[in-house]
Amino acid sequence: MSQSITLVEAVNLALMHEMGADENVVLLGEDVGVNGGVFRATVGLLERFGPRRVMDTPLAENLIAGLAVGMATQGLKPVAEIQFMGFIFPVMEQIIGHAARMRNRTRGRLSCPLVLRAPFGGGIHAPEHHSESTEALLAQIPGLRVVIPSSPARAYGLLLAAIRSPDPVIFLEPKRIYRAVKQPVEDNGQALPLDTCFTLREGSDITLISWGAMVKETLEAADTLAGDGVSCEVIDVATLNLLDRDTLLASVSKTGRAVIIHEAPRHGAMGAEIAATLSERGLLDLQAPIARVTGYDTVMPYYRMEDHYMPQASDIVDAARQTLEFA
Amino acid sequence: MNEMAVPLPDDIDGAHALELFRQMLRIRRFEEKCAQMYSSGKIRGFLHLYIGEEAVGTGVMQSVAPRDAVVATYREHGHALLRGISMNAVMAEMYGKQEGCSRGRGGSMHLFDKATGFIGGNAIVGGGMPVAVGYALAAKMQQNGAVAWCIFGEGAMAEGEFHESMNLAALWQLPVVFCCENNYYAMGTALDRSESQIQLVEKARSYRVVAEEVDGMDVLATEAAARRAADSARAGNGPYFLEFQTYRFRAHSMFDAERYRSKNEVHEHELQGPLRTFGARLEASSLLDEQRRAELEADIAREIENAVAFAESGTPEPVSELGRFVYSEVQP
Repeated sequence: MSQSITLVEAVNLALMHEMGADENVVLLGEDVGVNGGVFRATVGLLERFGPRRVMDTPLAENLIAGLAVGMATQGLKPVAEIQFMGFIFPVMEQIIGHAARMRNRTRGRLSCPLVLRAPFGGGIHAPEHHSESTEALLAQIPGLRVVIPSSPARAYGLLLAAIRSPDPVIFLEPKRIYRAVKQPVEDNGQALPLDTCFTLREGSDITLISWGAMVKETLEAADTLAGDGVSCEVIDVATLNLLDRDTLLASVSKTGRAVIIHEAPRHGAMGAEIAATLSERGLLDLQAPIARVTGYDTVMPYYRMEDHYMPQASDIVDAARQTLEFA
Repeated sequence: MNEMAVPLPDDIDGAHALELFRQMLRIRRFEEKCAQMYSSGKIRGFLHLYIGEEAVGTGVMQSVAPRDAVVATYREHGHALLRGISMNAVMAEMYGKQEGCSRGRGGSMHLFDKATGFIGGNAIVGGGMPVAVGYALAAKMQQNGAVAWCIFGEGAMAEGEFHESMNLAALWQLPVVFCCENNYYAMGTALDRSESQIQLVEKARSYRVVAEEVDGMDVLATEAAARRAADSARAGNGPYFLEFQTYRFRAHSMFDAERYRSKNEVHEHELQGPLRTFGARLEASSLLDEQRRAELEADIAREIENAVAFAESGTPEPVSELGRFVYSEVQP
C-alpha cells in the first residue's frame, strides 16, 4: 500500500523497514534516538526498536564511524548518521583509512558493510559547514560507494540497497529537497540498484546530467527547453561511485550534447570525471563541447549570496542553448 | 648469568614460566631475523620492531580468549605471533607474498587475521581505538562474552580518538581492555615533551575507568595485570586501562637516527630487558640452564628458518588480481 511521503520520510520508512526485517541493522549517531535526528529522519525508530538498536552517541564523529567499522566486522549492519556533511571531515580517517579498505587489505576475508548517512548541499540558508557539497572527496576513494537520491522513491529504494550492500556506502541526502515534494512510495522492501543511473526523462537533442537537489532545477530547465521544442534527456546519476558510465555514454551517443550540473565547486569535482569519461569514450559522438553548470570554486557563502552561488534553472537553460548552438 | 636474580615465587608453575620465556624469545628472534631480511632487501615497506617490549604482549596474550579481538598498532609482529597467526603467514606477509596473513597486501604494518580476530595492524596512531570499542559494542550486543584488546603506544594518548574511545567505552560500560605500551617515546618525542599529564593512568581515571600502572618488563606482572583486566571486563564491569611501562631497544623504525636518546640510556634499559631478567630468574629457580636454553634457541631457529623458506617460496599475487576486493563481488 503506497503513501505519499517526502524524501526525509522515505529515509525514515526505509530505515523502519530494514530494521524490522533484519535485526542486525543498528542505528547510531548524534541525537538519532530520543530527538529523532536533527532533520527528523530517525523519528520513531527508538520507540519501535529500543535503545539497544538506536544509539545516541556523544558528539564524536570519528568515533561514530570507528564504532561502525568495529561493529561491521562482526556481522552487524550499522547505519550511522553524521548530522551535516561538514561534520564528515573528522570521519575521513575511519572511513577512508579503515572502512573503505578493510576488504582490500584482507583480500576479501574481512569486510565493512556499513552506511554513513549525511544530509548534504546548500540552499537552506545555513552557514558553510551546514551547506557542503563535497561528494567528490568521497567518490574518489576506492572501496566506498557514494549514493545520492533525488526523490522520495529513490531515497527509499537506494537506502535499502545501501544497507543491504556488502560494501561501505556513503549515503548523501539532499536536505534542500527533504520536504520539497511528496510522492507515493510503496513500502515493499524493494531495493534499487547501486550502480545504475536513472533516466528521468528521455529525449533526443541534449543530455542533462545531474544528481541530488540539482535534479529539481535540471527538470525545470528541461521543461523550459521543451517549450522551445528542445528534447532533453535528463539523467539522475544517483550512484557517483560506482559510476554507471554506460548509461551516460549511451545517452550522449544518442543526443551528441551534454550539460553536467552540480552545486559542488567545479574544480576536480564529479562533473570533471563524467566529462572526462564522455570525452575518452564518446568523443566521436559529441557534436559540441561538454558544458558544466556548477557552484564556484569558493567556500559556500552565507545566505545573502547563496542564490548567486547555487546554479539556477536559468543557468542550465543558458548552458544548454549555448551547447545546442555550437556549430 | 645473573647471580643477583631473585628466584621465582615458590608457587609458580615452572612449565608455564618457561613457556612465557619461550614465547618472548620466539618473537625476539623472529624480529631479529626480520631486521636482517629487511637490511638485505627481502622485506620492504617499513619495519617497526618490538624488541625490548616482549613481556607486554606475551603477558597480555595469555588472557586473550579465542572469541576475543585484538586491535593492535603497527608494532604488532609479536602480538600477531602470540595471538596464534602462524610464523609462516606472518613472514610471508612481510615478504608481500599471497601466502601471508593479509595475502601480501598489508605487510608489516597491516597484519590481519579473521580466524584469530586479529583486526590489525594499524598504521594510523590511535586509529584502532574506535574500532576496538565498536568491536566491544558488538560483543555486548551479541552477548558473546568477547573482550576487545586495544593495544597502542603512549603516543596515541595524544590523539583525540583516545579520548573519544575512553569516554564511550566507560559511558556504555563496554568490554575493552586498553593496553598502553608506554615506551616513553612517541617516535622521537619524549613523553614529557608531548603530554601535559605524564601520569597516564590519570587520563584513564578521569573517564572513571579502572587503571593500573604495570612493570612492562616483568612478564609475570603483565600477565597478572591482564588477567585482572580480563576478569573485570568479562564480568561486565566495563573497560579497563593498563599502562605497561616498557622500553624499545631498537630504533622507532629502520629509518631512525635516534637523536632523541643516548646510547647509554638504551644500554641501561637493555640490562633490565625482559628476556635477560626473566631468564636469570628462571635460572635462579633452576628452571632454565644452558642446555635447555640451547634447545629452545634451536627449536625457534628451525621455525624461523622454515618461515623464511616458506616466504621465499611464496608467490606474489597475480597482477590480474590488482583490482579485486575493492568492492564485493557479490551484490545482493
